[in-house]
Amino acid sequence: MIAIVDYGMGNLFSIYNAMQKVEAAPRIVQQPEELENVDGIVIPGVGAFGKCMERLSRFECALGRALEDGVPMLGICIGLQVLFERSEESPGAKGLGWIRGEVVKLPEGVMIPQMGWNSLTIERQVPILEGINDGDMFYFVHSYYGVPEDRTLIAATTEHGVKVTAAVAKDNLSATQFHPEKSGEKGLLILKNFVRSVRC
Amino acid sequence: MLARRIIPCLDCDLGVPGGRVVKGIEFKQIRYAGIPWELAGKYYQEGADEIVFLDITASHERRETMVDVIKKTSESVFVPLSVGGGIRSVDEATDAFHAGADKVTVNTAALKRPELISEIADRYGRQAVVVAIDAKRRPGREEGRVVIEAPDGPCWFECSFYGGREFTGIDAIDWACRAERLGAGEILLTSMDRDGTYDGFDIPLTGAVSSRVKIPVIASGGCASPEHMLEVFQKTSASAALAASIFHFGEWQIGEIKRYLRENGVNVRL
Repeated sequence: MIAIVDYGMGNLFSIYNAMQKVEAAPRIVQQPEELENVDGIVIPGVGAFGKCMERLSRFECALGRALEDGVPMLGICIGLQVLFERSEESPGAKGLGWIRGEVVKLPEGVMIPQMGWNSLTIERQVPILEGINDGDMFYFVHSYYGVPEDRTLIAATTEHGVKVTAAVAKDNLSATQFHPEKSGEKGLLILKNFVRSVRC
Repeated sequence: MLARRIIPCLDCDLGVPGGRVVKGIEFKQIRYAGIPWELAGKYYQEGADEIVFLDITASHERRETMVDVIKKTSESVFVPLSVGGGIRSVDEATDAFHAGADKVTVNTAALKRPELISEIADRYGRQAVVVAIDAKRRPGREEGRVVIEAPDGPCWFECSFYGGREFTGIDAIDWACRAERLGAGEILLTSMDRDGTYDGFDIPLTGAVSSRVKIPVIASGGCASPEHMLEVFQKTSASAALAASIFHFGEWQIGEIKRYLRENGVNVRL
């Protein structure tokens, strides 16, 4: 069973429907205890970094245990950003810190939020990006982006004034800044890849 | 670089069970085009970048039908969905988001109570609020108006509301800028003069608004061919082009239009 963590930030219909579409048998989970014995975890999220961390904090221990147990996890949008240590969006708020580095604002002079379809550059071949090619487009909605200290964790980037982290991967942890659940068939392919990593 | 978007618009009459997609001509005559979620699914398969649903009936009891339409659509359509028509409060916007909408489109209610834009943006983020503007060309120069030098002479644009049935006296270009300041994430800009005419987008209007705001502008009204889409993307900085009839009545498929645009140097998602 794949759990979608519902920590009260935004509607989960889209990701739920998309996971169903790729035959993942998802379950929306509202309590940390429910994360025991799941096969995979999706961390979605919209809104501000600080608010998200505030709401997510009660899941922190359960998520940390699952990470150590090697449970495949997929962060989406803010679900990618909370993996970092901190964000310029909410100074003082502490992220999960599973990826060292911080989340910074998109540069002046570009459209903020970046909203729309942008193309990926694959920086590193990772399981969730199997079948995805340079130039494939995905749907982004964000004003901040993650900058890992270890740049080799970046799996894909996109251009929006600067090179923007579009996907990261580290062991059993993967995350996308874009919304695979809103990115048409290519987006569904990424979710399918994630589901496959859960099953094998 | 962000791609230019192609957005089919489904004007929905929810007075019949399940709803019907209809198309008006110059905001008046009506023609039936199909079942909302079926058409949405077809356009998704053809490569639509986003889908807009507008409830043209917009009465209270029919909102439930719209919720059903969105729920049903979001089961099989995986691009952003935008919903509008008669949304007057954050609670009504919430209903749309809970049904699976990614954005709501506000028009009349925002003109009457502009704070509505900020209220929805504060709760759901500015990317979730689209302000729709129905603009009518008014020839001549007028004090206090944003006057545009169009090829056929100077003019300004007036905002209409109640689906084009009434006029507000509000300057449409000015309103677009104000909506941006209030927290709008996008402007859906419809030319009432061009809507349903097949004469192409109103380039002076679209250019005037898209050069004055930083948020994306969706050009709407008058599109009948791939050339019209190319023209609006070449001559203005519109982020997206919206059309209805050209798709509903089988004249052009979205994929064909996108390939044509790509061949002519426009960055689109294929």
